[in-house]
Amino acid sequence: MDSTAAQSTVASRDARAQALSWLRRSDTIFRLVTHGAALLVLGLLGAVVLSLIGGAMPALRTFGLAFFTVDDWNPVADTFGSIAPIYGTLVTSIIAMLIAVPIGFGIAIFLTELCPPVLRRPVGIAVELLAGIPSIIYGIWGLFVLAPWLQTTVQPALIYVFSGVPILSSLFAGPPFGIGVLTAAIILSIMVLPFITAVSRDVFETVPPMLKESAYGLGCTRWEVVWNIVIPFTRVGVIGGVMLALGRALGETMAVTFVVGNAQRLSVSILQPGTTISATIANEFAEATGGLYQSALIALGLLLFVLTFVVLALARLLLARLDVKAGK
Amino acid sequence: MAFDSKRYARRHRVDGVVTGLCLFSALSGLFVLGLILGTLLWNGLAGLGLAVFTEMTPPPGSKGGLLNAIAGSLIMTILGVAVGTPIGILAGTYMAEYGRHSKLTSVVRFINDILLSAPSIVIGLFVYTIMVAPFGGYSALAGAFSLAVIVIPIVVRTTEDMLLLVPNTLREAASALGMPRVKVISSISYRAARSGMITGVLLAIARVSGETAPLLFTALGNQFWSTDLTAPMASLPVVIFKFALSPYADWRQLAWTGALLITFAVLALSISARVIGQKRQS
Repeated sequence: MDSTAAQSTVASRDARAQALSWLRRSDTIFRLVTHGAALLVLGLLGAVVLSLIGGAMPALRTFGLAFFTVDDWNPVADTFGSIAPIYGTLVTSIIAMLIAVPIGFGIAIFLTELCPPVLRRPVGIAVELLAGIPSIIYGIWGLFVLAPWLQTTVQPALIYVFSGVPILSSLFAGPPFGIGVLTAAIILSIMVLPFITAVSRDVFETVPPMLKESAYGLGCTRWEVVWNIVIPFTRVGVIGGVMLALGRALGETMAVTFVVGNAQRLSVSILQPGTTISATIANEFAEATGGLYQSALIALGLLLFVLTFVVLALARLLLARLDVKAGK
Repeated sequence: MAFDSKRYARRHRVDGVVTGLCLFSALSGLFVLGLILGTLLWNGLAGLGLAVFTEMTPPPGSKGGLLNAIAGSLIMTILGVAVGTPIGILAGTYMAEYGRHSKLTSVVRFINDILLSAPSIVIGLFVYTIMVAPFGGYSALAGAFSLAVIVIPIVVRTTEDMLLLVPNTLREAASALGMPRVKVISSISYRAARSGMITGVLLAIARVSGETAPLLFTALGNQFWSTDLTAPMASLPVVIFKFALSPYADWRQLAWTGALLITFAVLALSISARVIGQKRQS
């Protein structure tokens, strides 16, 4: 009887040891798998960069730096200089930011300082829904609704008003096409608005109420509190949010492709059709025959990636600095 | 110092003007949202009928539906999410559970945040160079893969954020009972963070179901019914892109109807994600 009891304890000890070692093994396997997945995210970025560099090499080797500085996009002659799309990308994004930043701030100030608490959530959600609408929807809306409206009302007025002013008259030179650089910029500004609003609202909410109340206590008006207390306190975060939106605007593709006009040329007037890096790729890549043509488009993609990477990295660094300050 | 009533009036005037401008910004934001949804409903409903869901995309100048495009979108979205979600959850798990303070985690978090906002057209180019060019053809698989690349960063981000919200005392209590780490994560952390993680996946689905740019030169498009994953496949966004820019009235009508379908699917997904996420907070 003693021996069977001893046997069963030995058996259960064995089973226990087995179960423990299995658990330990499965634990190790799971840890390694998750570790691998984390490394995969890094690998993904590396693969994107390497594949783009590889694809861009033929064009970059053929044209050198001139690829980025010459205005000559000629698939027939196989010569490519991409200053026109680069210029278009920068101009549309900058105009978009000029429109979206004040409006985004306005909405953020409205949400944090003015809005009755009951409305705060619904208005906030409505603005965030703008971020959820796919970019192709902005494109089709911009092409069929916004562009005709601009063509018949805003653009003729702009051309008329600025026709006598020296520099502005060339910036707003006619005829009104409807589609063009300005239209693309307006669509972009609507698309990045939710990002600016969301980030600025979040950072505005990090201002300690004590600071604001002290200012109100001294007799400051609401605007003076915002301008002298809230904005200085949240400066870094606000700039981070603007950079984040800029990164989005630079890389936005479908909406711009619909309304920018897709003309491979440089024009001073923002009412004329132009193109951007992303629109050029979206329009031409599937039809690009010939290694050099395709390589030139991939080189444009590489440039776009580097550009947005730098802007987004700066945005993240600025926002991370704010997190440290807020003690998160 | 005498009370300067002029200055006082000016300060209040400025305040009033700014208040008005803020109100105007908020109203214009809401107005644009309403305008976009309104025109979508107006133009989209006009072409909405049973044929949209039962017939294939037509040749120019004739009537038809969007069945192959809807099916293609569903197939590629499901595949992309099915591939991207596990990878994203595992990577997020590493960052929040195993390597919370490691160097790798902060690097991955930084890179992931950049991938999150990287232009999707570049993802399309990337998948083209690694999957389409070497294997000599556009395919639904390449399309699904490019969507997976977009899903991963979204899921990584929400998984990590949600797991970090799980109180450490829960984990410590489980470990004190003798649970191995893998059990702690799967039965405690995942369970506590479940609704937040589901929110992340829903947001990822919403994001990729409207993506057009990465599909343009990976899945390309297909006029006909096809479930062959190695062949080009139609998708709703690409069909909208092609049809909207065409001169044919029938095609344009279908583009509006497709746009209506996508928008409301996407908005329904993001609203339900929000509702699920909110349940957690209360």
